[in-house]
Amino acid sequence: MSIPIPELSVVLFFGICGLIIASALLVVTSPNLVHSAVSLLFTFFGVAAVYIFLYADFIAATQVIIYVGGILVLIIFGVMLTNKIENARIDSKTNNQIPGIVFTLSMLAMQFYIILNTNWKIAESEPRDTTVKEIGNLLLGKYLLPFEVISILLLASLIGAAMLSRRKTER
Amino acid sequence: MTSVVDSLLNLFSFTGLDNSILLILVLHIPALSIFLVMVVNATVAVYVERKVAAFMQDRLGPMEVGLFGFKGGKKFWGGIGQTIADAIKLLTKEDIVPDSADKKLMLLAPFIIFIGAFLTFIAVPFSQNLVVSDFNIGVFYIMAMSSVGVIGIIIAGWSSNNKWSLYGSMRAAAQIVSYEIPIGLSLLLAVLVVGSLNLGDIVQWQAENRWFIFHSPFTFIAFFIFFISVVAETNRTPFDIPEAESELVAGWMTEYSGFKWAIFFLSEYANMMIVSIVASVVFLGGWLSPFAIINVGIPNSWMIFDGPLIGIIWLMSKALFLIFVMMWFRWTFPRLRVDQLMYLCWKVFIPFCLANLFFVSIWELIGGLFFK
Repeated sequence: MSIPIPELSVVLFFGICGLIIASALLVVTSPNLVHSAVSLLFTFFGVAAVYIFLYADFIAATQVIIYVGGILVLIIFGVMLTNKIENARIDSKTNNQIPGIVFTLSMLAMQFYIILNTNWKIAESEPRDTTVKEIGNLLLGKYLLPFEVISILLLASLIGAAMLSRRKTER
Repeated sequence: MTSVVDSLLNLFSFTGLDNSILLILVLHIPALSIFLVMVVNATVAVYVERKVAAFMQDRLGPMEVGLFGFKGGKKFWGGIGQTIADAIKLLTKEDIVPDSADKKLMLLAPFIIFIGAFLTFIAVPFSQNLVVSDFNIGVFYIMAMSSVGVIGIIIAGWSSNNKWSLYGSMRAAAQIVSYEIPIGLSLLLAVLVVGSLNLGDIVQWQAENRWFIFHSPFTFIAFFIFFISVVAETNRTPFDIPEAESELVAGWMTEYSGFKWAIFFLSEYANMMIVSIVASVVFLGGWLSPFAIINVGIPNSWMIFDGPLIGIIWLMSKALFLIFVMMWFRWTFPRLRVDQLMYLCWKVFIPFCLANLFFVSIWELIGGLFFK
């Protein structure tokens, strides 16, 4: 018996990559808007799993809670509220095929060139105890200003949404 | 805290198998146990719920079906085999799929809901060292995974191609997304005081100090906000507008039957169990003995019945009591209207939660200055 057993993590990683790519392709190619949105669920989950491979457990859970619990629900809600969802076929025909192929291939080549020529920093392979403390310290220390700016932005959008949904006839 | 998976890996390390293969084999044990817990919980809870309902309405409830010839007495045990008979009936029922439904999504939806409940159980501790995987971000992980079920509910409602289902799922989604905010904010109080997202650390802190519900007046309020919000999150009466029988037939479950419907039911009762366990762990001292509160003089004595094994009993009795309270609610309060529901969440709970967060911070700051 000399069949090399691949590491479980390697198998899992490539499985997850396959899931992400396959579901992302479904998102783009599916003619049904709701099917696209549901495929997006698997893409988000796959990305969360990739975060776990990077020992970023907090980011992974945040990914699920924000993208799956928030944004995806919003998307599906928006889609369902749209009138005549059954007839709304997405036009997924391809126009200008040859320039498109040339452009994407050149982009792909550029990306490969960059990936192969970048001096990647390899992170330490030991699992960290917890990333939450470091993230918290960075958010309220080094990146305090962006953090506060984002919170003001969110507050503004919250007030804006409340303003827009207010009844017009109200005094 | 060590997790069950780690202990099992240690236990089976004598087999000399490769670690990857061993992990795959060993993972079946906690997975099957979780499934078993879900099934047993649902079967028992359904029976108890019917009996509680019967008691509150002064009738007898299920009385006919016995178990292996055991007919039971007059009151509680009569009809003990009812849920098992119901389960067998559900599993052998014809699976009806409407012609104009979106068949793929209709098949997918129950499984998404089930996976959401199942994944949450991974981080739920049943006692000290009795958690499938000990996450550093336990509380946050549970919050994240319990938000997955919403997608399943929306898909179930939409794919059924039925007005009642669609209305039910829209109501459910709006309700669950809204009530996640007060739940998160009240759990945040515990995280703020303890300084850790790990559920084991939170219980350890309560062992050294006091139960979190009695920690300060604000955490006392937070427990009730949390509990009412999780009743809303699990779509139970008085917050069951998504499946209001008198308006929407059965809400987003209208077109489901047989096995898929059984999965919905299983997940619903599993969610009740999860939120009750989380409430017990975070606010009611988890697997700590309640006698430790009365027994101030002699800490660490055997008299308080503390310990990892008996901890399961304490935690489960707290959780089961909370489940009983949910059933009690069901026959006590009338159903809320949609606008009342949203009013309660956005205009009562969230302002209270934010004020709570503010005052607890001050309480900790001042308490830290004076009492330590």
